[in-house]
Amino acid sequence: MRTDVNAFLGSYPYRRVPGTSPEALLEAMDRTGIDEAWVSHLPGIFWRDPAAGNAWLVETTRAHPRLRPVLAVHPEMGAWEAVLRAAAEVGAPAVRCDPTYYGIGPAGPSMRALAGACGRAGLALMLAVRLEDGRQRHPHDHAAELPAAAVRALIRADASVRLVITHADRPFIEEVHFGSTPEEVRRLWWDISWIWGPPEDHFETLLQTVGAERFLFGTGQPLRIPENGVAKLDLLDLDPADREAIESGNAALAGGRVKAGP
Amino acid sequence: MLIDVHAHFLHDRTPRSDWRERNASRLRAGERVGITIHVASILGSWGLTSPTYFPSPEDLRYGNDYLLRLQREHPDRIRGYVAVNPNYTDHALAEIRRCLDSGMIGIKLAASRRADDPLLDPICALAAERGVPVLHHIWQGRRRDYPGQEASDAVELGRLAVRHKSVRFILAHIGGGGDWLQTLPVVRGLPNILVDLSGSGVDGGMLEACLQAVGVERLLWGCDLTIETGWAKLRYLEHLLSPADLDHVRRRNAMRIFPPGAFPSD
Repeated sequence: MRTDVNAFLGSYPYRRVPGTSPEALLEAMDRTGIDEAWVSHLPGIFWRDPAAGNAWLVETTRAHPRLRPVLAVHPEMGAWEAVLRAAAEVGAPAVRCDPTYYGIGPAGPSMRALAGACGRAGLALMLAVRLEDGRQRHPHDHAAELPAAAVRALIRADASVRLVITHADRPFIEEVHFGSTPEEVRRLWWDISWIWGPPEDHFETLLQTVGAERFLFGTGQPLRIPENGVAKLDLLDLDPADREAIESGNAALAGGRVKAGP
Repeated sequence: MLIDVHAHFLHDRTPRSDWRERNASRLRAGERVGITIHVASILGSWGLTSPTYFPSPEDLRYGNDYLLRLQREHPDRIRGYVAVNPNYTDHALAEIRRCLDSGMIGIKLAASRRADDPLLDPICALAAERGVPVLHHIWQGRRRDYPGQEASDAVELGRLAVRHKSVRFILAHIGGGGDWLQTLPVVRGLPNILVDLSGSGVDGGMLEACLQAVGVERLLWGCDLTIETGWAKLRYLEHLLSPADLDHVRRRNAMRIFPPGAFPSD
């Protein structure tokens, strides 16, 4: 079983990207042995109301059971709590928020309120550090990368918060991991899409220092080719149990609904 | 056979205390991927005693010597580019002759001087005379100057390639940062520039765009600092290309542009 927690559907505004349809994504998943993907609506990240893409996403994933919807939520839009209820109703593994693309403070009061509400609703909150290499972004793509300080702040917002962070590199992960308590760390997961393999061996190092239980297989496809995640794992001499955890077991924990609090 | 045209090694006079582990990791990962030959360079002291992209003659000589030693220790796996700084013309020319005579197979120019600068002409003339390719570090679609390097883009390399039509230039790491979409149209009409696929970037659509721009006969496979991204691109190309076409990218194009006998024959 292999679950890609970091996949997108829909067009990207800053360059032509092939393979953004559900059918093309499923074909890429077949090619790379991915059984299931958590999918986000890519155009919505750039919309004033990102949640406006959620209905299409839910409808599309209903038609393609291997795809699971990650609904977008903007905590400074009215009635944002309804997205959390909808996510719970459709069995979403997580909701996502991209505060720097929305133009809101990544660790401000609204984000902390969102993180807390997600935690109390038993939902994981997904945030991306970046979508593209900063050296190649469109001249008008000025959104800042998610700061590590924001992740540290959000995990502290409520004891029930669970975060899935995508597109983070080794320094970012280490800064948050070792800047958090062991209890906070247990509520944080990282996708592997932006972590370097050999010869720098960032991923191998992180598996030793942070632990395999904190990592999720993720690709960032179709913005990035999914072969990268598989190659990264194939270059390691991983214990089969650890590989299974990274490829699917940890995702089941991160994306599983936990009992909602009072 | 699989040839990585863009590799690097470290040595004992760099800032990295883990240099042995990194070198060993590259060779170990290469074995798993199936890399037959790593064609590598060492950029002086990698910043310890002179800047990585502005290396001193002394640091270049030490790094090149270390690479020659690696090549001797691993004759079946490592080949070298001689790295030079064009600001030191006499040293650069002498170092190129010395290292090619000792068995290196190409020239590495990084970011010490803009690619279209006349100071690169005598180096390229020597490359033509010796029949070796020039691997040139490129910042794809450079919009400004960046600290620590006098990086060139495809437009600047293109001007150099037009002046030296008999030299084969390798445009470094199309996935290594910067806007590859700006690079590809520039090199389309420059037949003596080949595109090296290395770099950490694994953008969807990039490989299709490379094939469309320069065709299968002007693509070279490589990894640079991230072997997993090189392997991922190779796997993706297996899906895009026929085995015969893929073989051009894996080895045939490299065997065509490097000197005869540079690699083990079939």
